[in-house]
Amino acid sequence: MQGKMFGFEGVKRAAVVGALCVLMAACAQTRPELAGGANNIAAGTTQDFSVNVGDRIYFLNDQTSLSADAQAVLNKQAQWLKAFPSYKVTIEGHADERGTRQYNIALGARRAAATKDYLVARGVSAQRINTISYGKERPVAVCNAETCWSQNRRAVTVLTSTGS
Amino acid sequence: MLVARRKMLLLLAGMKIRRQLFSAFAAMLGVFMAMPSAHALIEINITEGNVEPMPIALPAFAAQGTAPDMASKVSAVVEADLRRSGLLAPLDPASFIQQGMSASSMPRFGDWRTIGAQALVSGSLVAQPNGQIKAEFRLWDVFAGQQLVGQQFVTSPENWRRLAHIIADTIYERLTGERGYFDTRIVFIDESGPKDKRRKRLAIMDQDGANVRYLTDGADLVLTPRFSPVRQEVTYMSYVGGNPQVYLFNIESGQREVLGNFPGMTFAPRFSPDGQKVIMSLQQGSNANLFVMDLRSRRTTRLTNTPAIDTSPSFSPDGQRVVFESDRGGSQQLYVMNANGSNAQRISFGPGRYSTPVWSPRGDLIAFTKVHQGRFMIGVMRPDGKGERILTEGYHNEGPAWSPNGRVLVFFRDTPGASGGPQVWTVDLTGYNEQRVDTPNFASDPAWSPTLD
Repeated sequence: MQGKMFGFEGVKRAAVVGALCVLMAACAQTRPELAGGANNIAAGTTQDFSVNVGDRIYFLNDQTSLSADAQAVLNKQAQWLKAFPSYKVTIEGHADERGTRQYNIALGARRAAATKDYLVARGVSAQRINTISYGKERPVAVCNAETCWSQNRRAVTVLTSTGS
Repeated sequence: MLVARRKMLLLLAGMKIRRQLFSAFAAMLGVFMAMPSAHALIEINITEGNVEPMPIALPAFAAQGTAPDMASKVSAVVEADLRRSGLLAPLDPASFIQQGMSASSMPRFGDWRTIGAQALVSGSLVAQPNGQIKAEFRLWDVFAGQQLVGQQFVTSPENWRRLAHIIADTIYERLTGERGYFDTRIVFIDESGPKDKRRKRLAIMDQDGANVRYLTDGADLVLTPRFSPVRQEVTYMSYVGGNPQVYLFNIESGQREVLGNFPGMTFAPRFSPDGQKVIMSLQQGSNANLFVMDLRSRRTTRLTNTPAIDTSPSFSPDGQRVVFESDRGGSQQLYVMNANGSNAQRISFGPGRYSTPVWSPRGDLIAFTKVHQGRFMIGVMRPDGKGERILTEGYHNEGPAWSPNGRVLVFFRDTPGASGGPQVWTVDLTGYNEQRVDTPNFASDPAWSPTLD
C-alpha cells in the first residue's frame, strides 16, 4: 500500500486518505478525497490548500521534530502540491516568544528546513520550495499562555505562484 | 595633572566636536582656587557591591543674557544624568541655603555642609555675541572647601542637550574615576502596532531617551542593531525583499548595504573591537555557523562548522577571542573560542539555557540572557565561566549590551499578553539601580554607542 511506500512512521491516517486515490489527477478532481473537505471551495485554489489540506504544522517547545499530526498534514500537502505542480511554496518557520531572538531565528529556520526536507522526501521538487525564518517576530496568537505559544511554534506553507 | 586647571573650549558643529585648551578662564577665576591637593578628597568607592550614592548639590545654572529656561533645562539634564547613574544623589533644591549661585560665586561651604552636600556644582550659561552659548561650571569639594573642576564649553544653542551631557560626564568622571557615558547614544528597534502585526523600525536616541530618530521606515522587519565601536555605523539584520541578511548602515549618510554574498540567511551580527570586521551567523539548512567578514577586503572566513545552532558571537575587547551561544551539546550554552575558530570551550554550566553573550569592553565579564523555569534573567560571569551573578530576573529580560565604560548594562524587558511589549531598561553592574529608558513606543534590542570624541 501507499503507506509502506512512504517509509515513515505516523502517516497512517494520510495513507488511508491517499489510498482512495488511484491517480493524483483524479484526486485533484475529486477534491474531498484528496483534501478531506466537503465544501464548495474550488480544487487547486489557495483556499483549497489552506482550508482542505492545511497550510501549517505545529511543534513542541524548542523542538523541530515532526509529530504524527504534522506528518499527516505534510503528506496531504505533498499530494496536493504534486497534483498542482505550477505552484511554488515558501515555508515560513516560526518560534514562540519564550526564547531569545537570535536563537529563535535559527530555530524557525530549522523548523522550515525540517518541513522542506519532509515534503521533498514525499516527492515535491526541492526547486519549488523556498524557506524563510521569522523567529518569534510573527506571532498569530498573542495571549500569555501555552495555548497561544503552541499556535506560534509553527511552519506555514505559503503558495507563492498561481496555479493554472 | 590638576584637573582643576583644565579648561576646554568645545565646538560642537553638528555632531563633530573639537576640543582645545583655553586658558583665560583659569586666570580670571584662579582667585577662587584653593591649594589643590595631590589626591582626590572625595571620590565614590564604586568597587563595592552596594554603592551609597554621594549627595551632590546642583543649583540651577545662572542665566547671563540667555533665556532662563535654557539654563534650567541644561541644569535639569545634568541632574537627571547624574541621578540615573545611581552613584550620585542630587539634593532637593528646596533645602539649599545659599541662593543665586553662578560660576563666579564663592560657595559658603558651611551652608552646603549643613544640608549634607559632599559635592557642589556652580554654573552659568552665558550668551555670546555670535549667538552661541557658553557654559561655565565648577565642581567643588564641600568638605575640603576646594574646587575640583572648572571648565567652560562653547557651542550653538541647539546643542544644549549634548552640552549638558558633557558637563555631566565631566562631573561623573571626576567623582567616580570612570569614563563618563552620558554623551552617548543607543540604537534600538522601535516597535509599534498590535503584537501580531508589529511594525519595527531601526531607531537611535540619546542614552537618556531624548532625540529619538528613525533610520528605517518600518517597511521591512529589522532586528538586532549593533554600533560600530569606531564609526557612525550600525550593523543589523533586515528582511529587505523577503531575504533576511546582515546589513551595514551609515548613520550620517543614511546609506545601507548588504554585507556579503552568502547562500542563506545571515543574522546576529556584531563588530570586532577595531570596527574592521563583522562576525555573524549563517544559516545553512538546519544549522547556523559563525563567519567573520573583513570590511575592507570583503573576505569572509568560516569560524565554526557544527551541526548545531551557533549564534550571538561577540569579540573580546582585545579581539583575540569570541564568546557565542551554541546548542551543540543539546541546549543553548555559552562557549569561548579563539578568534580563528579554534579551541571552543563551554563556559556556562548552571541550570537553564544561556544565550546572547556579550563581552564587556573592560574584558573582565561576559553578560548574557539566562532562561530557567520560564524566567528570563540578565547576568554576568567571568570569561572562564566562574563568578556568575544574576543582575535582574523576571518574566522576560533579554539581550544585554554594555555601556562604553563597562559599568552599566542596557537590555529589554517584555511584558506578557496581547497588550504587552518590550521596553528598554538599564541596570548597574552591581545589579542595583534599574532604570527604564523612556521611549515613544515599545522598544527592543538596545545597543550602546561608543563614547563620542
